[in-house]
Amino acid sequence: MSDSAGPAVLAEGLSKSFGTFTAVDRLDLAIAPGEVVGFIGPNGAGKSTTIRMLSALLRPTAGRARVAGFDVVREANQVRAHIGYMSQTFSLYGSLTVAENLRFFAGIYRVPPAMFEARRRFAIAMAGLEGREDALVSTLAGGWKQRLALGCAILHRPPVLFLDEPTSGVEPEARRLFWELIHRLAAERVTILVSTHYMDEAEYCNRIALIDRSRLVALGSPGTLRRRELGGTLLALPCAPLGAALAALRDAPGVAEAAIFGDRLHVLLAAGGLSADDLPAFLTARGVSSGAARPIDASLEDVFVHLVAGHAAAARA
Amino acid sequence: MSSCIWLPATRPRRGRDAVSPGRLLAIAFKEILQVWRDPRSLAIALLMPLMQMVMLGYGVSLDIRHVPLCVFDQENSQTSRAVAQRFVAAGWFAASARLGSDQAVHEAMDRAACIGAAVIPADFSRRLDSTGGSPLQIVFDATDANTTNIAIGYAQGVVALISNQLEARWAAAHGGPATRAGMVDLEPRVWFNEGLESRYFIIPGVVAVILALVGAQLTSLTVSREWERGTMEQLISTPVTPFEVMAGKLLPYFLIGIFDAAFCLLAARFWFAVPFRGDFATLLITTALFLIVVLAIGYLISVRVRSQLGASQVALLVTMLPTTLLSGYTFPIDQMPAPIRALSLMVYPRYFVTILRAVFLKGSGLAGLIGPVLGLVAYAVVVLWLAGRAFHKRLD
Repeated sequence: MSDSAGPAVLAEGLSKSFGTFTAVDRLDLAIAPGEVVGFIGPNGAGKSTTIRMLSALLRPTAGRARVAGFDVVREANQVRAHIGYMSQTFSLYGSLTVAENLRFFAGIYRVPPAMFEARRRFAIAMAGLEGREDALVSTLAGGWKQRLALGCAILHRPPVLFLDEPTSGVEPEARRLFWELIHRLAAERVTILVSTHYMDEAEYCNRIALIDRSRLVALGSPGTLRRRELGGTLLALPCAPLGAALAALRDAPGVAEAAIFGDRLHVLLAAGGLSADDLPAFLTARGVSSGAARPIDASLEDVFVHLVAGHAAAARA
Repeated sequence: MSSCIWLPATRPRRGRDAVSPGRLLAIAFKEILQVWRDPRSLAIALLMPLMQMVMLGYGVSLDIRHVPLCVFDQENSQTSRAVAQRFVAAGWFAASARLGSDQAVHEAMDRAACIGAAVIPADFSRRLDSTGGSPLQIVFDATDANTTNIAIGYAQGVVALISNQLEARWAAAHGGPATRAGMVDLEPRVWFNEGLESRYFIIPGVVAVILALVGAQLTSLTVSREWERGTMEQLISTPVTPFEVMAGKLLPYFLIGIFDAAFCLLAARFWFAVPFRGDFATLLITTALFLIVVLAIGYLISVRVRSQLGASQVALLVTMLPTTLLSGYTFPIDQMPAPIRALSLMVYPRYFVTILRAVFLKGSGLAGLIGPVLGLVAYAVVVLWLAGRAFHKRLD
């Protein structure tokens, strides 16, 4: 059983192939009860496939996983009874009203009748749909739909939630509200694995799992990732033209990485090459006008660029 | 929202996927709401049976009535006019034109103004009076051989009637015996359909065909719609069992099917005036059995073909052609070559066509229908088994 001891989600060597294509390659992941883990990575990296394996929707090709203490292959229906799942595409019934959708999922999850009324009210309040119980779901705007979908997915009070890009296509204010709900649930010791491609959302997570090209390439808290993963000094460098500057810095000694961020470059310097003070002169000598380089704190985006680039180089090698 | 309390997780009882009536009914109720709010499903459920009942009920008839008949009366006497009148009076022929020459007969046949032309010779009355017999020619356009065959039969009947009367009159006039008794008299008795109305035979078959088409169309959308709209991925992430999905989805369509069946059967009995001699229980049991087969086939298609359009097309293809050609509702199975007859055993509506005809016209009960009923039972078992296995709660 799932209680107290042990991780809420545990994947060991979890792999999935479709024919010759490996969608997820030997993924190891342990999530503690009450933890919010953000699943980040480019499209097609394997985020959805992993979430679907953990939700017992796809059968792993290799490896194993336990969710809420149940094996995703051998005890699939126990897993399903203990999770809430939101798929990438909106999946409530559009021709049913808010109340009818809630009643349907309560029936499917066998919510005891004595508890249904309280949970229905909770879900409606959570979605901010008071007074709109009889509106057809197809008439709701994106943010309300997403929050209602979340409300439906937790009617049975699952200890584990899998949310596959729940906020894609939702306006920023609704995204913020959605993340408040996620943290409220986490405070109730609900374990949440949520995939997203919004970098700002990654900051809201206790830990981040970065997946790229079917492999888990980094796992840690946002702070840890920012501090640890770069392995050098990150500088912001205003210069123009950016393209020429980028080309010039690619092969410069000591420049581990350079990437365009808005109107400037972020440059990662390794030890033993150019210093921060050398950079403007280096660029001016190559016909690029440059301001002074200024050390900055790495954003998660910097970390992901770094990790994905490194992973790509490793994959090519 | 401010004072919400996170209630403790309810632990579903352990055990092997026991069927939950609550989940089953939740699906059934949801399905009813969806159909009720989906114009396309509603049209299939309510309008299709009505339209098909009208089209097939009126369109398909093997009776031949009012065959347009031209008359070329070369004599134009009282007797010859009376003879021409007899053809029309019998109801099988309709006098379309009186013609004046052989040339006109040819033209009328070419224009398809008539299918038959009766040619009464100029010496008709004279020969009758002198010899007691005269030839009467009827020319038929036999491009439609079947119609012509039946029309010739009708014509022979009419002529026999005329002949008898003329014979009696001649005998009276010449002082002979009133009738000459034949050596062997055929006295045909037709049972179950005394009026030889082909409608009695066809309408029950039409009901079976309509239920087969409508039923499969209805359920062919039910699973494919959920795959298309993405709701299926959500549904299979829950502890719902494949049996609950199947039963929960078939239940509402079964009720719709019973409604459609009641509509079609009432129309057969009261609108098309087919006599009903059987008992209600037999009708109900066999109709329910047939609906289960039909709906389960649509469901099976819906599970296999994940798009609504595709599923609907496949359902149409696998029901329409076999049902109209091989169910025996118009084309008699007994007359088909042996391999086709064997093939027709696969066509489940044939069993229901047989059953409905027997219940309506012969008043057969279950005991008398054991063959076709067992055929349907076997079909139901196999299709439900396949449908139950076809649905997987996995995306791969």
